[in-house]
Amino acid sequence: MLLEDLLSILPLVIVAGWATILVIIDLFIPKERKGITAALAALGLVAAAVAAILQFGQSKTLFGGMLLLDGFASFLQILFLGAGLLAIAQAFDYLRRREIERGEYYTLLMFSISGMMLMSMAGDLIVIFIALELLSIPLYILSGFARPQPVSEEAALKYFILGAFASGFMVYGIALIFGTTATTSLAGILNAFAASPGVPALAMVGGALVLVGLGFKVAAVPFHMWTPDVYVGAPTSVTAFMSVGAKAGGFAALLRMLIAAFPDAAAAWGPVTMWIAALTMTWGNVAAIAQSNIKRMLAYSSIAHAGYIFMALPSAAVAGVAPEAVRGALFYLMAYAITNLGAWGVVLAMEKAEGAGLEIDDYAGLGKRRPIMALAMALFMLSFTGVPPTVGFIGKFYLFRAAIDANLIWLALVGVITSLISAYYYLRVVVVMYMRPGEPETQNEPLLNSTVWLAAIGTFVFGVLPSPLLALAHMAELIRL
Amino acid sequence: MDFSNALLTWVTFAPLVGVLVILLIPNGRESVIRWLAMAASLAAFAISLFLLAQFDSTNPALQMVERRAWFSLAGVEIEYFLGVDGLSVLLVLLTTFLTPIAILSTWMAVEERVKEFMVFFLLLEIGMVGVFLAQDLFLFYIFWEFTLVPMYFLIGIWGGPRRVYAAIKFFLYTMAGSILMLLAILWLGIQFESFAVPDLIATANIPGNIQTWLFLAFAAAFAIKVPMWPLHSWLPDAHVEAPTAGSVILAGVLLKMGTYGFVRFNIPLFPQAAVQLAPYMALLAVIGILYGAAVSYAQKDVKKLVAYSSVSHLGFVVLGLFALNPQGIQGGILQMVNHGLSTGALFIIVGMIYERRHTREMDAFGGLWKVMPIYGAMTLIVTLSSMGLPGLNGFVGEFTILLGSFGSEAIGSSIYAGLAAAGVILAAIYMLFMFQKLFLGPVDKEENKNLQDLNLREIVTLVPLLVFIFWIGLYPKPFFSLMAPSVEKLVSVLGTASMAVR
Repeated sequence: MLLEDLLSILPLVIVAGWATILVIIDLFIPKERKGITAALAALGLVAAAVAAILQFGQSKTLFGGMLLLDGFASFLQILFLGAGLLAIAQAFDYLRRREIERGEYYTLLMFSISGMMLMSMAGDLIVIFIALELLSIPLYILSGFARPQPVSEEAALKYFILGAFASGFMVYGIALIFGTTATTSLAGILNAFAASPGVPALAMVGGALVLVGLGFKVAAVPFHMWTPDVYVGAPTSVTAFMSVGAKAGGFAALLRMLIAAFPDAAAAWGPVTMWIAALTMTWGNVAAIAQSNIKRMLAYSSIAHAGYIFMALPSAAVAGVAPEAVRGALFYLMAYAITNLGAWGVVLAMEKAEGAGLEIDDYAGLGKRRPIMALAMALFMLSFTGVPPTVGFIGKFYLFRAAIDANLIWLALVGVITSLISAYYYLRVVVVMYMRPGEPETQNEPLLNSTVWLAAIGTFVFGVLPSPLLALAHMAELIRL
Repeated sequence: MDFSNALLTWVTFAPLVGVLVILLIPNGRESVIRWLAMAASLAAFAISLFLLAQFDSTNPALQMVERRAWFSLAGVEIEYFLGVDGLSVLLVLLTTFLTPIAILSTWMAVEERVKEFMVFFLLLEIGMVGVFLAQDLFLFYIFWEFTLVPMYFLIGIWGGPRRVYAAIKFFLYTMAGSILMLLAILWLGIQFESFAVPDLIATANIPGNIQTWLFLAFAAAFAIKVPMWPLHSWLPDAHVEAPTAGSVILAGVLLKMGTYGFVRFNIPLFPQAAVQLAPYMALLAVIGILYGAAVSYAQKDVKKLVAYSSVSHLGFVVLGLFALNPQGIQGGILQMVNHGLSTGALFIIVGMIYERRHTREMDAFGGLWKVMPIYGAMTLIVTLSSMGLPGLNGFVGEFTILLGSFGSEAIGSSIYAGLAAAGVILAAIYMLFMFQKLFLGPVDKEENKNLQDLNLREIVTLVPLLVFIFWIGLYPKPFFSLMAPSVEKLVSVLGTASMAVR
């Protein structure tokens, strides 16, 4: 029984276990050959990814309901591991260039990934909390990886303090839910709510506090304040991974908890998430217009995209729409991961050794100097905007569809109008790259380049032939508690 | 893939072959790239002629249909569904016909980044032909939005001094309309579990008040594209800043995507709303006709004048379409082609003089006829065609439209047709005024005395357009008979709808 359960969480065991071993191995790897650590870390992720793919389609309850293995978890695990691989490839040359190459970067990255994977499987509020800390703490450290640079230290401290604050909210929320239902397991909560005539008020407050904690992780308005500063201050390779991984991790918990465990309280969280979605889309996109630094711009853009994914929650509050809303959210997370890692890859290639080259104006002339890279960046910007034929368009189409299906036409209207607003600042990058003269200096690192090409191909191919990704999302069912 | 079974795919994606080949040619071999682009666009034109030969003009239904499952989203099948009928066949031909001409007009005008220019231009052609052939709303939307991207680059990179502003304005305006259409498309897909237009027309029974909303959402996209007054303000900027070939395609084809959208989607999908809203559409169209004409008259820049004249001319098209009777719609469709030919030619003509003098101010010219007689003669023909002189194409289209709208039950009043007729007179005024300023009088500017007349390439660019200007003007029957059965079918759908309204 225990062995079978352990086998079912094999991908997680591989990542967490291998990371622990790698900490020790790394001690014996000479300072100038940290590439070996990177390669070993990547190897671990590949092994875990193979295991996760083989598991795809299984659906079972593990460890007495503490963990759940279902299509939803497998889908997200593949996303985390894929993003992790790209993150290692992107970090390798970048760390060397910034002279902050240390072996623990890769092991911390793996620990964070294991936290995300745990999050996708969590079937208990306590596990959600542990997963949240496991994914966050390595990210706090990684944000400060460029120490003693003040911006990086500031980012780490800010992220840590606000993150700890959010965790506090979350624990308190969990305590309140436990206080009213006498259980922390999601299945137990579901049963307790179903048995009582209406959801107790204290549990509602608890749920709201948990929502605050997770809303912080995914950078939803009004819990987004940390995002721009942390994204700008953290080493760019960390930001790239964080913007994809932490967000997907937060949504993993939000989707599972609200849809699987709290359906009886949908009348309460439906409107709340609806307003959060509308506010997040609006504020993220409006604030991004004013940014001149590309990291800051992409930070607000990541807030905006959290808003689009948030649309899935109020849609899922309507009975019958939930399965498609979850699939839409997962598809969008994948689309966002591909596009976003690609865009950050270009930012990494443009960043100079001392950290300059991050203004949008520095991209002037890129269309002439590096035509393929500029083309890729233009593709990412169009995908962010939601212009066909890109995967971002299919993703938005899916999410808007769910919203309209749930009769939230006004929310879909907010979605399309804010997409229009976003076209303005995304296109500005394209304008600068192609329509302003300039001689930008870029890095030409094969590993980094290949991540950008890969993301560009994915952005385009899945925009024209989305069937494989859609089929994958279709298999990603939430297990019935 | 069998050629004759996949004819529509071939005509749509033939330019893609050219794009791929051009991408392999190193920068710096400009003339090879130009010839390759020319060859690709001519290949698409040749295929479209083959398509015309296969086209059965007595059949009102969709022909040469290609219908394959593409992917399924949330349980609804999204199809790769192409088809051509009398409403679209002329527009496909117009697109494939104008593209090589536009490419020819760039031969000397575009010298920087020729490779990218040609790539974007051919991509644009794919998008435009796709818009006219797609019969699945999702596929249509993809082509529709996709045309924005190459056009944005064409204006933004190769345009005039305010190109960036114009390109972004173009992109945002058009996208603003299309996102509303996107929501309507999504709604239709959810309600009727299909995005295929013929299926929706056949099965969807949309309640009247919802039809109005959907009609407005689709109309937002199309009215901006046309552009109808008061949504036209992107057009003068885009036209003035766009390179010549961009303006030709913008006026010649892209604007037609809007008017085509009305015929293909708004009228058959929401017939009750179309009948109810026809008077309002006619009102906006007439305002556009008169406003466009008045503003044209006030312009000092020739290109701006031609741009505003488009607002006026497309007002006629919309008026004809929303007459909702056979004459009106046939006239509207023919006038789309006519406008593509005449205004396309006018933009080429403006481009030719701009290449020589690098100004488009009317005051800088005068007496050009004496210096450039061939140029003058060709311009005169195009000008007369544009203002609707009998014997040339513009007359046939405008006359049929006025005939249709005069007796239109849907519009309900002949005042609109009467005011539109006044627009014809105004067109004569501003067009002749322009011609006079440019070509008549003494050659009083030193710079104009030694201008070269058109060379062989430039004559070859214009002659095909002139041939059709005369052909449609003198013998329009073959063009009408291509579309007549499909238009009859469309009007019969409307007949039942107008019964329901009353």
